[in-house]
Amino acid sequence: MIKIRSLNAWYGESHALHGVDLDVGEGEIVSLLGRNGAGKSTTLKAIMGLVELRQGSVKLGNTEMIALRPDEIARKGIAFCPEHRGIFSSLNVTENLMLPPRIGPGGLSLEEIYELFPNLRDRSNSIGTKLSGGEQQMLAIARILRTGARYLLLDEPTEGLAPVIVQQIHKVLTEICKLGFTILLVEQNLRFTAAVANRHYLMEHGVVVDQVSSEDLKARSPAVKRVLGI
Amino acid sequence: MPLPVLLGQFIIGLINGSFYALLGVGLAIIFGMLRIVHFAQGAFFMMGAFVAWMLLGYANINYWLALIIAPLLVAVIGLVLERTLIRRLYALDHIYSLLITFALAMMIESLFRNFFGSAGAPYAMPASLSGGQNLGFMFLPYYRLWVIFAATVCCAMTWLIIEKTSLGALLRAATEDPKLVQSFGVNVPRMIMLTYAAGVGLAALAGVLAAPMYSVYANMGSNIIINVFAIVVIGGMGSILGAIAGGFTLGVVEALTKLIYPQGSATVIFVVMIVVLLYRSKSPSNQAS
Repeated sequence: MIKIRSLNAWYGESHALHGVDLDVGEGEIVSLLGRNGAGKSTTLKAIMGLVELRQGSVKLGNTEMIALRPDEIARKGIAFCPEHRGIFSSLNVTENLMLPPRIGPGGLSLEEIYELFPNLRDRSNSIGTKLSGGEQQMLAIARILRTGARYLLLDEPTEGLAPVIVQQIHKVLTEICKLGFTILLVEQNLRFTAAVANRHYLMEHGVVVDQVSSEDLKARSPAVKRVLGI
Repeated sequence: MPLPVLLGQFIIGLINGSFYALLGVGLAIIFGMLRIVHFAQGAFFMMGAFVAWMLLGYANINYWLALIIAPLLVAVIGLVLERTLIRRLYALDHIYSLLITFALAMMIESLFRNFFGSAGAPYAMPASLSGGQNLGFMFLPYYRLWVIFAATVCCAMTWLIIEKTSLGALLRAATEDPKLVQSFGVNVPRMIMLTYAAGVGLAALAGVLAAPMYSVYANMGSNIIINVFAIVVIGGMGSILGAIAGGFTLGVVEALTKLIYPQGSATVIFVVMIVVLLYRSKSPSNQAS
């Protein structure tokens, strides 16, 4: 379980998170919803230790991670898929896929990855950034599934993608959740998130303002849409 | 121009180019990975030569062992320097790294001049590489053939590691996005430290190779580093292949110029650099950006 309490984060002088509290249970898909600038991506980066300064508590089970470096956090079993996919232009698909070291047992094999993402097998020698947006997103997700990390932080995996690709990503996330992965998902696509996640935290101005279960999402749709600005 | 004379000068060019390539590869690695304009690369070249000389003079450690020990010792010095000074430069503009490493080079050179004098000291040729082969058009000492061979092998191995191994893929990825690579579980600060050490270790290796040919003296690094910088600029800053190809090619160009127009041999590398930079500035991709 990931437990976050009073998480504050800064980018230089800018105080981006003002005491975020949230929990992600084992095997859950939990989403962070909010407008641009609400602090959703910053929350993921703060969990991963990728912000300049952070305070508070970030626990994985009983292990406090607030003082750990990003590589140390990754080796505890948390993997991060950034907002713009982070595909390296100097590497081909296979090199991008094989780049992150295995940090634990249970990572998907190359064959299992190609079964989930058949497009990647055909493009294995292409330079990573020559892939389409959807293929790059598949590659970014596939890359972290190899490592053995069981807790995935996904930052806007459907951003800028066509509906048919969004459906594919929905399918992939559902499949990997069945394999026991735990996912904290940042999204602005409410329809996608409603279909995929078990629970939703709503964020505004760097704090969590509400929590909604998937069952209540429809009933509380006006409040959710107000927070999202739609 | 008689062909034997040309061929002889060509081989001399390959020898000089060997040192340019080895030093250039280290520079390219350090700039490519750390984004540091490492003006102290020549000082580590000199340090490698002096360490080999000291190993022989004080510890009776021969040339072949010095080829391994000297670069390792200099690399350890590099590790300490990276930890204490160099890593403070990463967030700064390139001009600071150039100025600070230039100052570092002057300090290292002055230190060695203070302790060992300006005249320098000879380093004995290893007995197994003494003598040479009469090729007809020239007498080729075995040692110079060894220098070309060793430099080619080291450069090729460095290129293979960077371009064809998983370690090289990590290094290349970390130049693009070090934080993301660190989020994969890779200790990027340690990787950067070791990369710097490897870069200066390559310079030290070049110094050991140079010692029997040129003797060992305090400003042997500063004499060569300006040419190496020009060659790395020609080959593309951060390009390993560019540094290797540029090093060997410009070594030959310099040597042939000495034959054809001796007055221009000291400046031909810089003329080529200016031409290349002007061409690049006018290329469509540069103009578009």
